[in-house]
Amino acid sequence: MTHKATGSRALSSDALARVEGEGAMRVEIRDGRVVDVQLNIYEPPRFFEGFLRGRGYTEPVDITARICGICPVAYQMSACTAIEDAVGVTVDGALRELRLLLYCGEWIESHALHIHFLHAPDFLGFDSAISLAAVDRAVVERGLEVKRIGNRILEVVGGRAIHPVNVKVGGFFRVPTTRELEPLRAELERGLELAVQVVDWVAGFDFPDQELGCELVAADHPTEYPMLADRVISDRGLDIAAAEWLDHIEEFQVPHSTALHARVLERGEYLVGPLARHHHHAEKLAPAAARAARDAGLEPSCVNPFRSIIVRAVEVVHAFETAIAVIDRWVRPAFAAVPVAPRPGVGHGVTEAPRGLLYHRYEIDDAGLIADAVIVPPTSQNQPTIEHDLWHFVEANIDLDDDELRRRAEVTIRNHDPCISCATHFLDLTVDRS
Amino acid sequence: MSGPQHAAPRPSLAVWKFASCDGCQLTLLDCEDELMAVTDRVEIAYFLEASSAVVEGPYDLSLVEGSITTAVDAERIKEVRRQSRTLITIGACATAGGIQALRNFGDVEELLRIVYATPEFLSTLGTSTPISDHVEVDLELRGCPIDRRQLLEVIGAVLAGRKPAIGDHSVCVECKARHNTCVLVAHGTPCLGPVTHAGCGALCPSFHRGCYGCFGPSEGADIAAMTSVLRAQGMSEDEILRLFHTFNAWSEGFREPPVGPVPVALSPSRLSPSRLSPREDRP
Repeated sequence: MTHKATGSRALSSDALARVEGEGAMRVEIRDGRVVDVQLNIYEPPRFFEGFLRGRGYTEPVDITARICGICPVAYQMSACTAIEDAVGVTVDGALRELRLLLYCGEWIESHALHIHFLHAPDFLGFDSAISLAAVDRAVVERGLEVKRIGNRILEVVGGRAIHPVNVKVGGFFRVPTTRELEPLRAELERGLELAVQVVDWVAGFDFPDQELGCELVAADHPTEYPMLADRVISDRGLDIAAAEWLDHIEEFQVPHSTALHARVLERGEYLVGPLARHHHHAEKLAPAAARAARDAGLEPSCVNPFRSIIVRAVEVVHAFETAIAVIDRWVRPAFAAVPVAPRPGVGHGVTEAPRGLLYHRYEIDDAGLIADAVIVPPTSQNQPTIEHDLWHFVEANIDLDDDELRRRAEVTIRNHDPCISCATHFLDLTVDRS
Repeated sequence: MSGPQHAAPRPSLAVWKFASCDGCQLTLLDCEDELMAVTDRVEIAYFLEASSAVVEGPYDLSLVEGSITTAVDAERIKEVRRQSRTLITIGACATAGGIQALRNFGDVEELLRIVYATPEFLSTLGTSTPISDHVEVDLELRGCPIDRRQLLEVIGAVLAGRKPAIGDHSVCVECKARHNTCVLVAHGTPCLGPVTHAGCGALCPSFHRGCYGCFGPSEGADIAAMTSVLRAQGMSEDEILRLFHTFNAWSEGFREPPVGPVPVALSPSRLSPSRLSPREDRP
């Protein structure tokens, strides 16, 4: 109720709907020129980095999952990676494979949600997937089926779709048997088929021309399209280990947001997420995903944020293929986790959440407690770029009336799939033309 | 898309968010097999995560996610209550204050200084409190996150005008029903199952893990006895306190477990100020 205008335009989308979390957008126009754009994130702060101090070194895995109900696995993976780095443990082999499988489930679930529920309605002129279903039930049901299969992975491997219970520092509490994974494989085959159809569907949408000019930052892995990774690269020379993050990326606070912003030191704003990942790693896509991308006419480097929906759909195909490959290679390990003992130290973790790179850093004291925690979610990193993107969009479309401008500005924001809960934090648009 | 309305008006559903992770409202969208059937029977009148269409209240059923952590939200929930015939809170944040209620045990000013360089930009309350501290709540659905089956049961019950079949027994009952080996007795794994509200289907013990209490305390939970058992498992007083103090830390049952003196985990002396330097940049 606080998020919507009172008066005659109550049905308009004054609050930025179809994003995760709460915020508002403020655009100030003077004499036909944009003088200020603010993406206000007013989601109340929850202080995770503060109350993690003094918790046991195994606890961030479950606690940081609660930062985001849409991408809890990303938080679990970055937390595990960072803590394992701090205590000097490497998780590889079948246990790393199982982590990849779990992560594939989250990419599929989160991307299928964004494609069908949050983003596609914008291209097709609907206010929700529910109203879209009233005219084309089959495409929404197909999307739900893809999403359901992603959630099945999370349930089989993680115990449940939201805040999985089976992940811990060192590996898992219990590893699935081959017999448990086999029925999942059959579902994944079907999911793969549907996911290829989804790429074809979204590729047919009408995309406005637009190019982002910012630095593109993604995690890096020598052979894999990155989910689990340990290095960070950009198209402007960044090539660093996770441990060097704080030397190159700076977080800062702005008055209009409870989410911190981030920038590359010396250079400025940057973008993480599907466009950045695809730019750097398109050649590492699995075969069906690469084929689907080609058939969809997706250029090897696509920096049109509207077309990010195609990249997400291609990444869903890739995630299905990766998940199937993990199951085909699966040999159940003798241990569910490698032994871990606390020791004082500092550790860093970068993995690719569906929305983009997620960095965690923990300092562990001699009692095995967290002395300091740093968490840099993807939406915090993208917020300056989203504002910049909005600025250009509004300037180029300044003659539209307020309602149409608001609607299309919201689309500009949704292109980036902001997870405002993650970044702390939706949108009233105020256009001030005074 | 709305053609002529021939059918009787459907009950309206609104989904509200306060301080939370969005996971409990996502549970509704996670009902993939049932979602279309639900939207056939109820009108989604306000659900920002899923739709930019907003229908004016009042609403027949409101689902409320999240806890109250700001003065603005403390007022907003009253308006939500006024607009709602039935109000159901969903999840540990809405029913117990959530993980962010850990601030209730410490000093929110300290937390602000750890995370933000310029705390003055923020307005937040010193506490995170459940919705029932602020308005009358018709039913509470527990869990971090809530369970999909329980959510569908509640929506179905409200539509049918009957009482939902949601038990208030402990996780142990569900665990026995699944024929799990008791992780506490057989493996010596610390487990909050005996004092934790059912609803998850004994998920953690089924994965050879002790229950970590994400559904909060069960009815009549004997916290003192549980604490003794955990102590006998070799847990320190500090570890026991931390086990209770997670997603339902501010629930009455878990708030003050009878533990001995513990090293102060969150004393101001441990805390250094934010690593960030204050600045105000514009794009």
